[in-house]
Amino acid sequence: MNRIDQAFESDKKDILNVYFTAGYPELDDTVRIARALESAGADMIEIGIPFSDPVADGPTIQESSTKALKNGMNLKLLMKQLEELREQVTIPVLLMGYINPILQYGFEAFCKDCERVGVDGLILPDMPLYEYEELYQEVLEQHGLYNIFLISPQTLEDRIRKIDELSNGFVYMVSSSSITGAKGDISAEQVNYFNRVNSMGLKNKRLIGFGISNRETFVEASKYADGAIIGSAFIKLLSENASDNNIKKFIQEIKGVS
Amino acid sequence: MSMQESKYQVSQKGYYGKFGGAYIPEMLYPNVEELRENYLQIINEPSFQAQFRSLLKDYVGRPTPLYFATRLSEKFGAKIYLKREDLCHTGAHKVNNTVGQILLARALGKKKIIAETGAGQHGVATATVCALMGMDCVVYMGEIDMARQKPNVERMKILGAQVIPATSGSKTLKDATNEAMRHWINNPADTHYIIGSVVGPHPYPDMVARFQSVISEEIKAQLLEKEQKTDPDFIFACVGGGSNAAGAYYHYLDKEDVKLIAVEASGLGNESGKSAATTALGKEGVLHGSRTLLMQTSDGQVVEPYSISAGLDYPGIGPFHANLFDSGRARFVGITDEEAMNAGLLLSRLEGIIPAVESAHAFAALSKVDLGKDKIVVVNLSGRGDKDLETYIKWGKY
Repeated sequence: MNRIDQAFESDKKDILNVYFTAGYPELDDTVRIARALESAGADMIEIGIPFSDPVADGPTIQESSTKALKNGMNLKLLMKQLEELREQVTIPVLLMGYINPILQYGFEAFCKDCERVGVDGLILPDMPLYEYEELYQEVLEQHGLYNIFLISPQTLEDRIRKIDELSNGFVYMVSSSSITGAKGDISAEQVNYFNRVNSMGLKNKRLIGFGISNRETFVEASKYADGAIIGSAFIKLLSENASDNNIKKFIQEIKGVS
Repeated sequence: MSMQESKYQVSQKGYYGKFGGAYIPEMLYPNVEELRENYLQIINEPSFQAQFRSLLKDYVGRPTPLYFATRLSEKFGAKIYLKREDLCHTGAHKVNNTVGQILLARALGKKKIIAETGAGQHGVATATVCALMGMDCVVYMGEIDMARQKPNVERMKILGAQVIPATSGSKTLKDATNEAMRHWINNPADTHYIIGSVVGPHPYPDMVARFQSVISEEIKAQLLEKEQKTDPDFIFACVGGGSNAAGAYYHYLDKEDVKLIAVEASGLGNESGKSAATTALGKEGVLHGSRTLLMQTSDGQVVEPYSISAGLDYPGIGPFHANLFDSGRARFVGITDEEAMNAGLLLSRLEGIIPAVESAHAFAALSKVDLGKDKIVVVNLSGRGDKDLETYIKWGKY
């Protein structure tokens, strides 16, 4: 069974998925941060593959990507780090990345290596549905990788159903029409959107991402989904102090563990 | 939607051969899909066409002349015609597209316009039509480009546009494009994004090519009058993203006897590490929503290109052109800074026309191609050199 399903099946509510950029703040931090996240209680981790032109991301994540690239991060190195990471971390590991670096690595080689090093799923924000079905779905399936697509408040019902059909494990509900790192409380309009999606009877679980930054927004989002994803707020924390202790404090606070 | 028959035109799925598509985040999908569903119908409406044609005629100043360049022709032993896009209002072909897109934005009920700009020409063309239509205008421009192209920044401000510096990444055109896309993600409902070239997700490359196709439509009619035939032997055009070339080639794509010469900027030379010649140095990749040829590292990070001409230093080319290159339909020629500047000065002295440095690249390629005697050659003079005076002055040698 895919580790992502296991995480949801353990009947735990309020799954916390934490995003961080590979090779940030220091090149060799990837494994350590993953380990610290698991031991602090994160249920899933999402590792960002740095790209020079991340159009769906706000300044916080873009700056972390730029720094990671400067540090010398690339996909070959990341695969090596992931191999080491998998020996020490048991929770699901997702890779989030724009398609271009993956195409240069070779899509098939990439999926093969992901399987080998124990990656469980992929989030490719600029992958179109049509091309996914035509060219890539089979490759992911051959290598036991889950594919997670995003939906936004503007995504129409038919398309949500199509996205649900093409996704595995969970669907990534983008909380508002925004890039990552946009701030704000959860509005009535957003609640309507979450409820609308929840009433559709989708086959996949749902995690809410974008704008989740602390205990309050995490708890609120978890009311309307199976959990939530924290990205920019965690990157911001890493930029200030990336120590294991600081990570532990941040995660435990969000999970409400004292 | 009507299927295009030509293998050089966009397919129903949004592809030119294997290039194109719409590789965009879900948050951008509704905006792009709204455009895709409506653009052909709107553009083909008689009332739209009447407005578009009327503005091109009375506001832009079309048709632009097809000028027989006597002294240049003597020098090259061919019959060289210049398509005078430099005489368009705002000084370049860019305005053909912005007039079309702002009418389209209005038809879609949009209230605000955003755009990206490199050298500032597209930004000025966008700010111009926004002033004309009384619409809000935000232009993203790389912080470094803003410093390099101060007069254009001020022109946009005079026209009432807000110019926002793109401070991320390399702080140039590609980053301004990223920022504009982000702005659109954050403001999906009332905003239209006017992309300035035949780049971006489908339907942008096709839409922009259609608005620019007036260039080759006019060339056909004008050649018929002057040469009693519609088809030249050669068409030369410079390619950054490729909008002026797309317009100059458009109605000749299936006339394989018309040789299409696409001129890229080789900067200080393709081996120097300072070049923008995408077909020479690029590989297939995905940037700004389309699969195309792209200058990038072996790890798939986009490389910052270089050219003396700010309008040609984009790290990719539109999928329309990637397909022309891949299929062999167009021949791509690289021109260095030095060759372009010399050609610009040559045209100034032979014909009394100071071309934009972008367009000067197209002229420099005349000496790289065996034209044959008395062949009919059209060079698309895409912009005028006023904006480049400082570049000419710095270059000296005149």
